[in-house]
Amino acid sequence: MDELKTAKPAGEPEVHGHAVDFNNYLRRCAYVFVAVLCAVSLMLVASYLPHFDWPAKVAMILVVACTNAFVVAGFLMHLISEKKMIYTLLAFTVFFFAGLIGLTVWAMQDFPAGTVTH
Amino acid sequence: METIVHEFPPYREHETAREPESHEHHADMGFWRKYIFSSDHKIIGIQYGFTALCFMLFGFFLMLMMRWQIAHPGAPIPVVGPLLARLLGQPAANGVMSPELYNSFGAMHGTIMVFLAIVPLAFAAFGNYVVPLMIGAPDMAFPRVNMASYQAYVLGGIVMLVSFFIPGGAAQAGWTSYSPLATSIPTDGQLFWIIGMVLLITSSLLGAVNFIATIIQLRAPGMTWMRLPFFVWAQFVTAFLLLLAFPPLEAAAVMQLMDNAAHTSFFLPTGLAVGGQLAHVSGGGSPLLWQHLFWFLGHPEVYVLILPGMGIVCEIIANNTRKPIWGYKSLVYSVLVVGFLSFIVWAHHMYLTGMGTKIATFFQATTMMISIPSVIILTCLFISLWGGSIRFNTPMLFALGFLPMFGIGGLTGLPLGLAPTDIPLHDTYYVIAHFHYVVAPGTIFALFAGIYYWFPKMTGRRMNEFWGRVHFWGSLVFMNLVFMPMFAQGMQGMLRRMADGGANYSAARVPGALNTLPNDIMALHVWILWAAMALGVAQIPFIINLFWSIGHGEKVRNDNPWGATTLEWQAPTPPPHGNFAEPPQIYRGPYEYSVPGHATDFTPQNEPDRPGTPAFSPAP
Amino acid sequence: MEIPYAVYPRPDTGIYNAKVGIWLFLASEVMLFGALFSAYVLIRVGTPPGEWPHGWQNVTLGTLNTLVLALSAITTLMAWVACKVRQFGKFKFFHGCTLLLALTFLCIKGFEYDDHLTHYEIHLTAGSNAGGSIADGHFESAIYMNPETKGQVEKKSFCGMSFATVAGGVTNNYQLASVSIDGRYVNNEEQLIDLRAQKDIKETEIKIPGSEVKDMQSYGPWHNDYLALYFTMTALHALHILGGSIVIGYLWGPGRRLWKVDPEHFTNRVEVSGLFWHFVDLVWIFLFPVLYLT
Repeated sequence: MDELKTAKPAGEPEVHGHAVDFNNYLRRCAYVFVAVLCAVSLMLVASYLPHFDWPAKVAMILVVACTNAFVVAGFLMHLISEKKMIYTLLAFTVFFFAGLIGLTVWAMQDFPAGTVTH
Repeated sequence: METIVHEFPPYREHETAREPESHEHHADMGFWRKYIFSSDHKIIGIQYGFTALCFMLFGFFLMLMMRWQIAHPGAPIPVVGPLLARLLGQPAANGVMSPELYNSFGAMHGTIMVFLAIVPLAFAAFGNYVVPLMIGAPDMAFPRVNMASYQAYVLGGIVMLVSFFIPGGAAQAGWTSYSPLATSIPTDGQLFWIIGMVLLITSSLLGAVNFIATIIQLRAPGMTWMRLPFFVWAQFVTAFLLLLAFPPLEAAAVMQLMDNAAHTSFFLPTGLAVGGQLAHVSGGGSPLLWQHLFWFLGHPEVYVLILPGMGIVCEIIANNTRKPIWGYKSLVYSVLVVGFLSFIVWAHHMYLTGMGTKIATFFQATTMMISIPSVIILTCLFISLWGGSIRFNTPMLFALGFLPMFGIGGLTGLPLGLAPTDIPLHDTYYVIAHFHYVVAPGTIFALFAGIYYWFPKMTGRRMNEFWGRVHFWGSLVFMNLVFMPMFAQGMQGMLRRMADGGANYSAARVPGALNTLPNDIMALHVWILWAAMALGVAQIPFIINLFWSIGHGEKVRNDNPWGATTLEWQAPTPPPHGNFAEPPQIYRGPYEYSVPGHATDFTPQNEPDRPGTPAFSPAP
Repeated sequence: MEIPYAVYPRPDTGIYNAKVGIWLFLASEVMLFGALFSAYVLIRVGTPPGEWPHGWQNVTLGTLNTLVLALSAITTLMAWVACKVRQFGKFKFFHGCTLLLALTFLCIKGFEYDDHLTHYEIHLTAGSNAGGSIADGHFESAIYMNPETKGQVEKKSFCGMSFATVAGGVTNNYQLASVSIDGRYVNNEEQLIDLRAQKDIKETEIKIPGSEVKDMQSYGPWHNDYLALYFTMTALHALHILGGSIVIGYLWGPGRRLWKVDPEHFTNRVEVSGLFWHFVDLVWIFLFPVLYLT
């Protein structure tokens, strides 16, 4: 059973098997904050762009928001180095979330022919 | 920093770091900490069970009064009529159930039975008591969250009960609380309903998190996924359904709360008129949005109602046929597929809302698909009986009764799942018969089976066998007499939720008119009422048996009176705080009954291989 | 028996219990806010063209709130890192910042809510005024008069869903004599919908005689579905900020006893509450563009 011992050695504290360096983390956080700043600026610019209609602007803004979310989730929530079980759980959640929105929108847009006039 | 070495099993022997007051000596806690504010999963399981059974009885009484009104519209209710009049005032004036009171009883019967009785009993009570024992864990992963979830449940129940006594009475818009009706009724009952639901949803969410984390993290050494008893798999999937399906209803409930209290129009369309007058709201909302969000929960909810029951039946069948369950892997994969598909079938409750053919076809297809794994599960359970040495004790009688009853319930769901045949059947008594068959002689039989089965582990005594059989036969016969006629009534067009039992549409009222409800269909009301009262009488032996046996039942002679293989029967009776003195080591699957060459006809999961004998099951 | 894997990870899953628990809870929260977003999509898509408001929010304040929350996410992570390297002083500093930033967010939100709730759309009796039939602006004051005694009372603040008689201190004998708002006149409601498309909206003090007021309604959730969604979604989000602040505040304050006894367990609690906080930030990352920028 020796290989099953989870030993915590004294000395350098560990997280996810890597040594934790405070300044390293601080630097990475600064990068993430800069990324967030960029994303927010991009969304502001996209929102005020002339010559685009609202659906196009919404699409652009959502793409940037998703990227922003990915950065926050990946780095600040450590999602990028999480375990497979968490990924599986989140994959199911995303699938059902997509189903909730997609199927509901489809249901409200699909009418028997000629029954809705607007 | 000190070095803490964690051996596997990782139960710390040298505890250098401990949370303050985490592990008090259990015997030092007073009555309140030990039995009322307990964080022990067994106590919480019993608390849930007792509270849920009380709510079930209350919901049953609501139904009896409604059935009286249906059979004798406008007549004062005997015996309880004067009491109702005194308690509720105007809606029950002279002991007669007014239509508003009928509607509120109907809405609350559904709400109480689904959310306050069945789910807490099937999922929370049995799950809390049995699952940690079955996987070899000392408790649930988060004991104090467990206690909080029970307390939220009780609070939600209190809010629901209190709503009967506020001016205007309890919610009247059905357990489905459709807008704009739910917002148009000028009383506060719906508000209380929403608040109660938010508390109950919170309770379920906390419970679901606990169950899933416990099953993933706290399985004892050697308890691999494919060695889990099917009951644990069923609870695992049920917990996922609760976790992911309840929140959209919570969001919808918040929005309906805003509609009621803050005069928003999430679900109120433009041009809404109430009582002939244009409603003073902004409009722009969609009643269909409520329906989608409600049924997104509503459909997984019905699988929450049935899956724990299937798990219980599986355990009892294995135990009382003295042979392994047929098709364990099929059962596991089927229950996973059922859980997954249950999220994408919901709009089969909405075929009559004017959906287009494409989307209706989609939901019809997924609904038909989900019947396949359900049938696989039932088939595996049926086939498991073949060649068994069947012991016909009370738990087994109920488990056997479950099988054809769930069969009837499931098969009668098929015309409802197909869109064209649903058109004449939607919102009729056919639907009521279908879902009651699945839940009443279905799930409730499984829950009764579970109570008789696990009673000896909880108390060290058996329930009386004779009165158990009386309970079984009475329940079986009268449940069928109550619900079978309703199929006929529904197919003749009798609609749901009619306070006068359809008298307004009967042939007696308008002789010679087309498509009225025939007299013989209306006459069934009286039969159903008698059958329902007899069903109630049949529960009396059970209630007496339950309480009497706690103190006076026949004592069991060892920890494993049924000769079962699963881990809960290898623990002391009743299990102490922490369940197992030593962490159990698991060596085999859950249904090693009648293994050739073994001394007894069952091999517990934690029994090691004896040296010199071939391994009974290969290592994982 | 102690509950295993409460502090150190289980070997085959690689995670400790509370982390499994919080991710499960966050999955349920994704579905909760997901349902609200689906309501947003459906209601917006179902709104006739030209009727969905634009530019009704203060983008500056929203952007500021976004940056405040992003910064608080950083300080939350650094607080956990400080615990991991066993520097409790740094933990106290970073989570103290988190709490201050949370308070800032809530204050800005409260200001925004107040701004909406004191903004009124007043429908005037037809043909009564030079400017147009709707007056729209922020409430300044209202004067009430008793027709018999001719006594006058002035109210400088008003909190109400729509117009009512007098609240607080003055009886119903008083009627509205005049109401002053800081706003403008428009001819129809279409002119109030898309504020982005209008340049240089001039707002002046307008005094409206009581007799010309047909009805008035504030820009609360009852005003239209856009505001209903705005208030509901941001209020639920704010409740989550409040809840998260309470938990972090507990760990920062009384909960720090656990640090002395079991620092790894405490660190895990900081991590788990930090995950919740990051999720709340994630929700805002979608709320902000959806409600403020589109």
